[in-house]
Amino acid sequence: MKIISTKREGELKIAFEGELDHHAARSALSRISQLIDIELPRKLVLDLSSLSFMDSSGIAIIVHSYRRMNELEGSLVISNVPGQAYKVLSAAGINRIIQVDKALV
Amino acid sequence: MNYNNEMNLSFISRSINESFARAAVSAFAAQLDPTLEELEDIKTAVSEAVTNCIVHAYPDRVDRIYIRARLFEDNTIEIVIRDKGVGISDIDKARAPMFTTGGGERSGMGFTIMESFMDSLKVKSKQGRGTTVIMRKRISMRYAGRIGA
Ligand SMILES: Nc1ncnc2c1ncn2[C@@H]1O[C@H](COP(=O)(O)OP(=O)(O)OP(=O)(O)O)[C@@H](O)[C@H]1O
Ligand SMILES: [Mg+2]
Repeated sequence: MKIISTKREGELKIAFEGELDHHAARSALSRISQLIDIELPRKLVLDLSSLSFMDSSGIAIIVHSYRRMNELEGSLVISNVPGQAYKVLSAAGINRIIQVDKALV
Repeated sequence: MNYNNEMNLSFISRSINESFARAAVSAFAAQLDPTLEELEDIKTAVSEAVTNCIVHAYPDRVDRIYIRARLFEDNTIEIVIRDKGVGISDIDKARAPMFTTGGGERSGMGFTIMESFMDSLKVKSKQGRGTTVIMRKRISMRYAGRIGA
């Protein structure tokens, strides 16, 4: 999985590309934590538009990002979520806690 | 019920094999002509079960994971994923949403996802002997638009 980040006026956007499973999760988590710690954003957007697969390993990463943004008193949005990842997040009830925006098909 | 086809797969519990296992089972399931969504459901469930073997069953060793998939006459796929690892002492507790022994890196949602993405999920386990997960999903029959069927 590839991670691409862009920062604009207090908003940090992190885009995921490829498959987010347990194999990819550890390095993804440390990269995301590092980016948040460097940028200290007011708003974090996780852009999943190019994510071709995600399982529960992605949930742990999203929940971790949510906790970290709460500590920073900032906000988190999960955007452009493809159908498969959206189904995983819904099954886990994540969309009831965190703003999850489905990708337009 | 009779099955029309069967495949067996075994591989060692390295995380790089998670994507291989998903792809292999989904390539086999493709024989039932599933929709893209049905295929993604199967991939997701397989990923959860295989990850559990790697993370929980063999926490500090590399050992074998076994998958058997069968295609039945009524267009159902059965997927059996088995390990010879530590086992689960309380299966009902393990299946409950948000229960995890995996700490902050896991969310305790794997079984919940398998349950909601497949039609049925059965878990058998013996402590110190291993765990078997049996999942079934009926693939919708699609006739419309098929040429020469
Ligand atoms: N194959 C297995 N061998 C031993 N224990 C298992 C196995 N599969 C699951 N478990 C136990 O059941 C618990 C729940 O599993 P489940 O997949 O629902 O959540 P998780 O793996 O902890 O987290 P997530 O799947 O969300 O990353 C695990 O934490 C573990 O204790
Ligand atoms: Mg799991």
